[in-house]
Amino acid sequence: MSELLKIKNLNVDFALRERTLRAINDVSISIDKGERLGVVGESGAGKSVLGFSIINLISKPGYIDSGQIVFKGEDISKYSYDRMRTIRGNQISMIFQDPMMTLNPVLSIGEQMRETVFAHMNVSKAKANEICVEKLKKVYIPSPEKRLNQYPHEFSGGMRQRIVIAISLLTNPDLIIADEPTTALDVTIQAEIMDLLLELCKTDNMGLMLITHDLSVVSQVTQRIAVMYAGTIVELGDTATVAHKPQHPYTVGLLGALPQRAGSEKRLNQIPGVMPGLAKIPAGCPFSDRCSLVGDICREKRPQLLEKTNGIRVACHFVE
Amino acid sequence: MVTTWNRIKNSDFIYHFLRDPVACVSFMILLVLVVSSFAAPIIAPHDPYNPATIDIMDSELPPAWNAEGTAKFLLGTDDMGRDLLSTMLYGMRISIIIGLGAVALQAFLGIVIGLLSGYIKRLDTILMRIADVQLSFSTYMIAIFIGAIFQMMFGVANYEQIAAPLLILIIGLAEWPQYARTVRASVLAEKKKEYVEAARVIGLSNIRIMWRHILPNTLSPVLVISTVQVANAIMSEAALSFLGLGMPMTKPSLGSLITAGFEYIFSGSWWITILPGILLVLLILVINLLGDWVRDYLNPKLYKG
Repeated sequence: MSELLKIKNLNVDFALRERTLRAINDVSISIDKGERLGVVGESGAGKSVLGFSIINLISKPGYIDSGQIVFKGEDISKYSYDRMRTIRGNQISMIFQDPMMTLNPVLSIGEQMRETVFAHMNVSKAKANEICVEKLKKVYIPSPEKRLNQYPHEFSGGMRQRIVIAISLLTNPDLIIADEPTTALDVTIQAEIMDLLLELCKTDNMGLMLITHDLSVVSQVTQRIAVMYAGTIVELGDTATVAHKPQHPYTVGLLGALPQRAGSEKRLNQIPGVMPGLAKIPAGCPFSDRCSLVGDICREKRPQLLEKTNGIRVACHFVE
Repeated sequence: MVTTWNRIKNSDFIYHFLRDPVACVSFMILLVLVVSSFAAPIIAPHDPYNPATIDIMDSELPPAWNAEGTAKFLLGTDDMGRDLLSTMLYGMRISIIIGLGAVALQAFLGIVIGLLSGYIKRLDTILMRIADVQLSFSTYMIAIFIGAIFQMMFGVANYEQIAAPLLILIIGLAEWPQYARTVRASVLAEKKKEYVEAARVIGLSNIRIMWRHILPNTLSPVLVISTVQVANAIMSEAALSFLGLGMPMTKPSLGSLITAGFEYIFSGSWWITILPGILLVLLILVINLLGDWVRDYLNPKLYKG
């Protein structure tokens, strides 16, 4: 399979008044055409910043310090705002966490959808409506023609997220970045939305970058997982292997912390401590302060993301 | 057409409106005042702008119900012998036109500047400082200043022609920071919301995001201050006219009528001042009451049960 997106040694910095903080530290990752990649980690691990840096919309004062983001063979990390607009929403689209917030409350669904079409395609209004209806059908919105004239408050949470997905599909993108698309929804709707995303990716051969902290969601949908911790990738490999035989102590801890792993009426397992803030990442291995295996080398030398057994890449001194 | 009408008839807006007697009565009065003032050339018994129809011998006649009054002049006449009812209707038309015109200008300037300054951080400081400077001058000071310059430039005779547009310009320029600040505050709140980010992710241009996505979400405070500002502009115009800097006596607004009558109030001709004064108060009162109602309607937190 050909490579769709390749991130090479990406560093993203946030320039604060006193000092510069590194939110993404030397991340390299790639997504093939039609591949589904999951990015997991705790809050503040840099998952969302990674997603936003791909479409060059990191909120100020963040910026890409160095590294390459190669999309279809071109380095898009240096594109200007206006040049980037031809890719954003067109070839790469993004789905956000809260569908209550991502739709403009004063514009009808039809207007918001047509707007996207007009921004990237030169078509008539009738043709644009046709495209909108087709995509709404694809996400199983009943009677889409009628729904186009309705406003966001007339839809339920799950339906709004479907509409957001339909909007992201309008231009037939090659890659969808979904930033915690199911976090704001209840569990039954979560499963529906994930099934829908999975189905759409398979039928249209779309790439998907699923950013989430929910490991069960990732293991259902994706083919590969990248586990992020404090701005770096600590484990990267195919979903089944990482989920069943995690190597990095952090991944082990994350999987162990799932409520279903603890027996009933037992205390839930947890990883001791909290993730360090960007200003307090320890020298050496960023996980060293919370790791059960920690040794002297961990405090001195930052481990490289190297290929270990089973073809999984792990950044840990103690994993063989 | 029928469906649009039905949608309006069944809307929340009409439902709440019809259940508020103050709003209904205010609206009825405002409607009567506006319609009668714009229909003045048709319904007014006399034409106060046509000197041929005015007889100086008719001056200072009291209203018709008074023993000395005549049925020809229902509300009496002013010091030049003009029918007061007709003059008031024409005057109210001028007042309303100036009020609406000034607010349209204020709103246009204020919305554009407020949007730019809320959305583009680099422009914010400079635009808001300009607004602060503008606010630190009183409206009347600017109006007196500009009015005096224009009267000198064009001469008092020609001033009559440009008085109305000039007043619109003066009041419009003096009050735009009200809008700019309101819009800017809303824009600052709206632009952090996720739908704006989503619009950017879609790849829309900044102008489109500002105009189509943010602006409509800031309109409810704009609507509320607009009603208050119309009343304010009419009052400013009346005050300027009262000071002799507004509409000239040949084309009097309500304010200039009040001034004109002021000189005769001690000789017993109270109606020349009092009647336009009552009309002005009534006009401003109903606009403000309606404005209050709109504010309550647009702020669901104030709904009483």
